Amino acid sequence: MRKGVLRRLSVFVLMVFVLGIVVGCGGGDQKTGDGDKINVGLNVELSGGVASYGTNCRDGAMLAIEEINAAGGVLGKQLNPIVRDCKSLADEAMSVSAALVDEGIVAQIGPLTSSNVQGSTPVLMDNGIPLIAPAATAPNVTVDEKTGETLKYIFRVCFIDPFQGTLMAEFAADNLGAKTAAIYKDASTDYGKGLAEYFKKTFEAKGGTIVAEEGFVKDDRDFKAALTRIRSKNPDFIYVPGYYQEVAPLIKQARELGITAPMGGGDGWDSPDMVSVATAPNLNNTYFTNHYSSQDTDPKIVAFVEAYKAKYNKEPDAFAALGYDAVQLLVQAIKDANSTDPVKIAEALANIKDFEGITGKMTIDEQHNPVKAGVIIEFKDGKQVMNTRIQP
Amino acid sequence: MPFTVYKGEVAIMLEFLQQLVNGLSLGAIYALIALGYTMVYGIIMLINFAHGDIMMVGAFVGFYSITLLGTNIVMAMIFAMIACAVLGVLIEKIAYRPLRKSTRIAALITAIGMSLFLEYMTIFLIGPQQKVFPHSAFPHKEYDLMGLLITNKDIFIIISAVVLMLILQYIIKMTKTGKAMRAVSVDREAAVLMGISVDKTISITFAIGSALAAAAGVMVGVYYNTINPLMGIIPGLKAFVAAVLGGIGIIPGAMVGGFVMGILETFVSGYGSSLYRDAVAFGVLVLILLIKPTGLFGKDTGEKV
Repeated sequence: MRKGVLRRLSVFVLMVFVLGIVVGCGGGDQKTGDGDKINVGLNVELSGGVASYGTNCRDGAMLAIEEINAAGGVLGKQLNPIVRDCKSLADEAMSVSAALVDEGIVAQIGPLTSSNVQGSTPVLMDNGIPLIAPAATAPNVTVDEKTGETLKYIFRVCFIDPFQGTLMAEFAADNLGAKTAAIYKDASTDYGKGLAEYFKKTFEAKGGTIVAEEGFVKDDRDFKAALTRIRSKNPDFIYVPGYYQEVAPLIKQARELGITAPMGGGDGWDSPDMVSVATAPNLNNTYFTNHYSSQDTDPKIVAFVEAYKAKYNKEPDAFAALGYDAVQLLVQAIKDANSTDPVKIAEALANIKDFEGITGKMTIDEQHNPVKAGVIIEFKDGKQVMNTRIQP
Repeated sequence: MPFTVYKGEVAIMLEFLQQLVNGLSLGAIYALIALGYTMVYGIIMLINFAHGDIMMVGAFVGFYSITLLGTNIVMAMIFAMIACAVLGVLIEKIAYRPLRKSTRIAALITAIGMSLFLEYMTIFLIGPQQKVFPHSAFPHKEYDLMGLLITNKDIFIIISAVVLMLILQYIIKMTKTGKAMRAVSVDREAAVLMGISVDKTISITFAIGSALAAAAGVMVGVYYNTINPLMGIIPGLKAFVAAVLGGIGIIPGAMVGGFVMGILETFVSGYGSSLYRDAVAFGVLVLILLIKPTGLFGKDTGEKV
């Protein structure tokens, strides 16, 4: 009998608890205006596994907020940043969002990783407050996976992973003049498969031919068999979407087999291990896509890099640039909406066209992904050098 | 690097030979690891699942003897072999000997535990990141044999594997120790009656098997450039399949099984699809167990070491 009582009691406690959450969420009274201030929530990873992403993003975002306030703010009001640490945890991101909503934010910037954004998503969707993700690249962040519908209040300023395939295909076809290409992808991750799919689509649309499609899986170390096969097809370009652990030995083995064709990949290549494993001479004539390069000579980027360096005494990475752009995009939306009402801001965000950011000119598409530029980074004698900017 | 390019049938033939070279190098590594599996099984009927991890330890010993002591590759290999021989003997003494009279499943689970212990102890001591095997230890050279590209690494791996296998054959067939090993594997009780020290013979078997795995570990380091604490798992499993394919407990079986596995994997990647490679490798295990569980060289009775 005792057990039954206990169970009923615990069900009751659980119900009260759930009710509390529902009421607590629904009851978020939106005191957004707050006089002459606009509250902007920064829900970022300042501790935990990806603390460096969140810290740099915050620094970039704070720089943007400072610049905007110094120039007189938005709609005559100053931006008031509220910075909170989500500790690199998805459930913490969720409770931080709930707290920020209570503080009356008009929009939230962050978190950085896709899973933490997804943790935070339900709170903002329920309260009708827009979230701008600076660096969440997983395709399903802005889309409800079950219904396939775009999430009304979730946006991002970075391109999605597979889009890098599109960028590299354009680069291979237009800049390198490749007519034939081979794909050797990481078949064990969505990242590798997604990039490969978009590369193929774009490359074929540009009149190119895919002459070979091979795959490897995580932790593979021997690529010679498939590379020998690719060699016999003699492609103009080899696309290798994957992470550096496998890609670095793969490139080395390809060069040792006498394959001289240019090779390309995505931001998974961005690691110092690429040079130490594959060696500098083997990496010559290889390229990868990335969000941004601090070496860019675009005057806007130069100005940003200088301002950032002056304030923080360090080089701005992609997360800093994306954090900066997230704030600027939000400000643009507030101006477009001519209002600080979160629902109107979200509507304005969905209609952004040709917004000029540090990480490129962007237009928000119907899935709330920006169609924007990316940069091609080239390995030159072991150094990462910006090659070009691709605007699709 | 420019190399001679042919067209038509010559090109097809050359590609076939190139894949064969790739397969032989991979197979040599599998064969060396498989030998350790098969020797240990032959003598105490234990699948030593820690064997792949002994290979990993060998790779790290080789790595540190090159980077810290500045030795050349051959000395690194010898150091690694000595260190792992000692490690193998210790593992047998500490973990397996107390269980020799208990059920086989108890020993098997201990072996799995030992495998995890080695992996995570290495992670604890030196971290989970991969280490880059120094390129200077083995400068890359390649030879263009009328369009067939052979690197000095391929030659190094195949030759040292064959030399080690010949030494092993000599020890087992020609020396007293080898005779003792064969005797213990055929009938342990009778061997004791003949005055053979079973404990010592088993220790020597572990020492030799582990030393071969260490050599394979250094080869993996040279061939693939990176080593990490979990690198032993997949090659260990593949070598286990190779040992079963050749007939577990039979030494020539492990050698042939290793080479067959290496060549098979390469040809599946090269002529089928690289995505089916692992499926085929483990499919072979299933087929062998269904059709001929004793393996290619297996007999119902006969000499086993």
